[in-house]
This record gives sequence, structure tokens and C-alpha cells, in this order.
Amino acid sequence: MEDQELTQEIKPPVSTKGPGRWLKENLFNTWYNTLLTCLALVFLFFAFKGFLTWAFTEAEWDVIPANFRLFMVGSYPKEQIWRVWNAIYILSVLMGLSAGLWGGLIFRFAVALSGVWFISALLPVELSTRGWCLGAIAMIAVSFFLGRGRTGLRPWILGGWILSFPVIMVVLRGFGENGVLTSNWGGLLLTLILAVVGIVVSFPLGVFLALCRQSNLPAIRWVSTTYIETVRGVPLITILFMGNVLIPIFMPGLDINQVLRMMIGITFFSAAYMAENVRGGLQGVPSGQHEAAQAVGLNYAQTTLFIVLPQALRSVIPAIVGQFIALFKDTSLVSIIGLIDLLGVAKSVIANPDWLGLQAEVYLFAAVIYFVFCYAMSYASQDIETDLGVGKH
Amino acid sequence: MENNSPTTVSGKIPFWRDVRVLRVLFQGIFLLGVILLLAILYRNMLEGLRGLGLTLNFNFLQDEAGFDISEGPIAYDPSDTYLKAFCVGILNTLSISIIGIVCATLIGLLFGIARLSSNWLIRTIAAAYVECFRNIPLLLQIIFWYTAVVAQLPNVRESISLFGGAFINNRGIYLPSPEPTSSLKIWLWFLGAGLLLAVILYIVRWRQLQQLDRPGFPAKWALPAFLIVALCGWFLTPGRPFTLDLPALQGFNYQGGMRFTPEFSSLLIGLSIYTSAFIAEVVRSGIQSVVKGQREAARSVGLKEGQTLRLVVLPQAIPIIVPPLTSQYLNLAKNSSLATAVAFPDLFHVGDTMMNQTGQSIPVFAMIMVSYLVMSLTTSAAMNWYNRWITRIGR
Repeated sequence: MEDQELTQEIKPPVSTKGPGRWLKENLFNTWYNTLLTCLALVFLFFAFKGFLTWAFTEAEWDVIPANFRLFMVGSYPKEQIWRVWNAIYILSVLMGLSAGLWGGLIFRFAVALSGVWFISALLPVELSTRGWCLGAIAMIAVSFFLGRGRTGLRPWILGGWILSFPVIMVVLRGFGENGVLTSNWGGLLLTLILAVVGIVVSFPLGVFLALCRQSNLPAIRWVSTTYIETVRGVPLITILFMGNVLIPIFMPGLDINQVLRMMIGITFFSAAYMAENVRGGLQGVPSGQHEAAQAVGLNYAQTTLFIVLPQALRSVIPAIVGQFIALFKDTSLVSIIGLIDLLGVAKSVIANPDWLGLQAEVYLFAAVIYFVFCYAMSYASQDIETDLGVGKH
Repeated sequence: MENNSPTTVSGKIPFWRDVRVLRVLFQGIFLLGVILLLAILYRNMLEGLRGLGLTLNFNFLQDEAGFDISEGPIAYDPSDTYLKAFCVGILNTLSISIIGIVCATLIGLLFGIARLSSNWLIRTIAAAYVECFRNIPLLLQIIFWYTAVVAQLPNVRESISLFGGAFINNRGIYLPSPEPTSSLKIWLWFLGAGLLLAVILYIVRWRQLQQLDRPGFPAKWALPAFLIVALCGWFLTPGRPFTLDLPALQGFNYQGGMRFTPEFSSLLIGLSIYTSAFIAEVVRSGIQSVVKGQREAARSVGLKEGQTLRLVVLPQAIPIIVPPLTSQYLNLAKNSSLATAVAFPDLFHVGDTMMNQTGQSIPVFAMIMVSYLVMSLTTSAAMNWYNRWITRIGR
């Protein structure tokens, strides 16, 4: 009875909500935090003031719209630009369908992408470009409503994504002299192509190398380990230079163009890092899983494909996406070799006498584009992690 | 019938079904394939070289290089050999890597700790810093610093002066440098004595703490003792052990002091900031990986805030931090090869020039790769050793 009386006397706790309370707890809870807050506010004030003054009064942003086509597609011929839009439309349809089928992350990306097209259409661009932009939004929207709720389509769409890769390559390249030579690929388009090819090819290659490194056959293990450690020990730029200089020496008969040589370099480099990430996941799979799989009569391929890899890959998604982001950023190194990717375009615009002294504007613009893509990837990674409940099982 | 039963066949398994034979056979075929591939590449290479009129050897290293190298820690002249030019490149790579690692670690630690601050504003600024510099290609950052910041600094006549001793202009950053004088020797004796005293005090205090079985700071006496002896020595030495060599404007440029060229500065800024964003994340996740209960337990047995950090949190966090930190250091060393974009004469840039001049691409490539591999392997070996050492102490 006494206990009950005691509990009744306790008053409800004071509300911890409210902006004043929040400020006090998060910014001014101790004297040194108050000091830090004030210093940070002063710093932020001057930093923002300086940046905004520069951005709105001194900076000459004309350079961006004047060279926008160059930034996006480099020297891709104007009369062939429909190829790029066709590639975008293929992706838009797939994206819309996936957004309808799965929702969630891909839906958010589809909405964001539609927003980008919408804003692009509002900008002072050519009428045809405006039409292409609105068309892309229509594609996404129509395929979204077509795809919604038809879960039976899912395997087909997955197949479509896989097929879209070679199809888009063919669409962008065309055939023979009537098409667009890879030497004309440039700008953001080239950056994206290099990154996507690198990611799509280096991932399976990396998984394969990781499995080889974990193999119980010493010869295979040694060869794989030597490859991985050698590649990881040298900078990417040496590998790219090697691809550029040595591939023609080592394989004289083959006529491999520069874009393809860079793709090979980036892929082989990234595969070694991918292999190390996947190996981390493979080592995390308990040996009981292997034994159980063998006990129910699965052979090596089945054990690996259906038991080990799904568990191993799931646990290393953050590391793998981190590697994808690194690969995306690393594609900028091809500008040292002489390809005109996004950074290469930025360099060539600055070298143009019409736009002298605009380094800050041009590089800032390129940096924002790189940032958006990298940030989108890391956002996706976090979302997938939460979805799969990594670390909760 | 009996002979076909699997349990009774002993030593009669046909060799094409014997796993032991198959293993050897498979690996043999695999190795043969690898060797065949390498042999084909080697043959192609020899043919290609013959076509170019080159032979595969390292004799060219003794020839006169004939090109100038803008900066380096050792004296170099265009009449020196290619080998010496390459060594200058290696030393430049080493110096930028070591200075870069120190700077990146300091900045990274600062922002990593700031990300854990209880102050929302500080936490957010640190997070913005990390996200911003992590997600922009390093090459872009280096070129940005080089062309949009360092090159835009005022010219020599209008240099920015800091405290009258340091000068910043578009030809570089000039800092005062300490120049040893003849009385340095005397001061070094003081330093030696101070160090000896400090070591003795450290051991005494450490033993005492061991006997008392109490947590404490073993360097509590040693550190002040050393500082006092060093300071006394500084004032007791006749004359000063060092004089400051101040950079001064002479003619069209600053002379004296230390000079960081624009190439070196922008590369250093780019590498340090980019890597520090990754190091901040490593530090943050390392400290966060120590479960909250450990801190609470430490507080409940009466350890102070500093002791909790030093005796409970850090010994558990450091073994987690060291491996990813090592790979960040290695990344920085490898990324220093981007020096070629701003024409800083590092290992790769010098190697590239050598290739262009001699046409000996394969030997030079081999030298570059081996240099980087040796650097990477040594660093990871050293860090592994440190990791083992720190793990043993912590537990």
C-alpha cells in the first residue's frame, strides 16, 4: 500500500519537447558547447556570405548554359542525339515499370528523375530538347501506371534491365560509319558509360576472383591472390596508362580503341577491390552453412550460388556500393589519358579563350554533378541496407 | 557384384574419378593455361618491341636524363642519370605521402570527433564536410585547388603576409624555417638528459601504478620533467640553438625560409582534405563501435571522463580503427600519383617523362609498379605490426 502511495505522488515528467528545449539541449548545454555554437555560427555566417556574394555578383554562370551540350554528351554529333534520347527512353520505361512494380526506393528515384526532366524543360533550351524531356516524363508516368500491381511481370523486368545494357550500347554506338564512333562519346554520357560498364563487368569478375581466392586448390588461390594484391598495390593511373600503352604492344593484332582500353583498365582495377569486399562477406558465412548444404546433397556450384553467395553478398552491400561510388569517381582519371569525360570537358572549356578565368564556376558545376550521383548511390545503399535488415539478423 | 560395391573398392577407383588425382590434374591444367597466356603475351611483346627497334633492358638508366625536375629533396641536374631522376621522383612521392598522411590524420581526427559532438551544429557541419569532400572525385578537387585557388592568389608584389614571417602568393607558400646554429649541440645534450630523466620517471611511476593496481597516467611526472629540462636548456645554452630563416623579397622573388610550390601545395591540400573525410568516418565508426554499456560501466566504477576515454573506449576502438586507417593511408600514397595532373614531379610523373624520352615503356612501367608495390607492402606490414602491438597492450 505504501508503494502505491509513493508512486501516486510522482508528478508526470516535464515535457521535453519544444524548440527552446531542443536548442538548450543540443546547442547550449555546457559553457564550451555554447562557445562552440557561437564560433560555428560566426564561421557559417562569413562562409555563406562570402560564397553567396561570389555566386551572385562575381561569378559568370553563362559558361554553363553555353557549353551545356558539351558537358552532357561531349562531341556527340547533334543530328545523332536521338540515340542518346532513345537510350534514356529505354531506361525511363524500365524505371517506370519497376517503380510501379516495386515502389519504395526506385519509385523515389523515378520521381526525382521526372523532376529533373521537368526542370530541364522549363529552362531556356531548344524546343526539340523540351519535347524530349517531356517525352521522358510521359514514358516514366505511363509505364508506372502500366506496371502497377502486376507482380507477375517482375522476372521479365529484371531480364529487361539485364538486356537493356547491351541494347543501349548498340543504340549509342550504331553500326559502322553511320553510327557514332566511341571517340565522339564524351561528357557526362562517357562518364556514365564508363562507370556502368565498370560496375556491371567488375562485379561478377570480383565475385569470381573472391571465390578463387577462397578455393581449396592452392594453384588457383595463389594466382588469384597475386592478381588481387598486385592490382591493389598500384595506383589506378598506372593501370590506365598500362592499358593505353601496353595493350597495343601485348596484343598487336587486335584493334582496341581508347574508350574500350579505359573500360578494360577500370574493370580489371575495380574487380580486385570488389574481390576483397566479397571475400569479407564469404568469410562471414558460418562453415555450418557449407556443411548443411553438402549434407542435403548440393554440389559446389549449387552451394555457392544458392547458399553462400546470397548470404555473403547481403552482408557486404555497403562495402560494394562504396566501391561502386569509388569507381564512379575514378572514371575522372581517364581525362588524364586524354578522353573527354565530364572532367575532360571541364578542362577543355577552361582552355577555351572565350571562357578564360572561369575555373571556379566550371569545376563547381562538374563537382555538383559528381556529387549528386555519388550521393544518390550512397542513399540507395542505406535504403537497401534497411530493407534487407543487414545487421539485424 | 561385390567388386562394384563402393565400400569395398580400395585403391581401385579409376583415376578419372579419384578426387586427389583430379585436383592435381585440374590445377596443372590451370597453371599451364596461365603460363601459356603469359608466354603468348611475352612473345607478342618481344615482337612488338622488335618492330619498334627496342631491346628489353635497363641500360638506359645510366644515360643522361636531360630533363629538368622542378623540385625535390635532393639536388638534381639535367645532366644526371635517369636513375637519379627516378630516385628524385620516389623521394617526392614519399615526402608528399608522409606530409599528406600527417595532415589528413589530424584533420580527419578533428572531424571524426566533431561528428560525435553533443553539439548539433558542430555535428552537422562535420557531417556536411565529410559528405561533400567524399563524394567529389579527388582529381577534380586537386585541379580545382590548383587552377581556381592557388593560381588565383596575388602575385609576388602583393603577397599575403601572415605575421610578417610567412608569405603566400601565386608562386607558392613561403614559411620561416629553423636553421641550426653551433650551440645546437649543447642543447641536444640537455634534451638527451631530459629524455633519460623522463624515461626513468615513467618507469618508476608505471611500476608504482602497477603495484597500487590503480588506473592512472604513467607519464604524469615524466612529461613535465622533460619539458622543464628542455626549457631550462634552451635558456641556459649560450646563444640560441636555432635561428629563424625568414623569407624575404629579393628581386622578383622571395628567398630563404621554406617554400612549398603551388603544385605541391595544391596536391597536399587536395590529398589531405579528401582523405581526411574518409579518416573522419573511420574514426567515428571506430569510436561508435564501442558499446554504450562500456562507457556506462566505466563511469559507474568511478572513472573520470578522460580516464573512460583513455582506459576503456580507446583501447577497444583503436584495434577497430587501425586496419581501415591503414588502407586510407595506402590510398593516399597511391592517390599521390594524381600529381601528374598538376605536373608535380612525383614517381609517376617522372616515370612518364622517362617513358616519353626513351620509349622504354615496359622497363619503366615495371620500375613504377615495383616501387608502388614495395611502398604499399611495407606500409601494410608496419601497420599490421602496430596493430598487433596495440591489441596486445589494450587487452
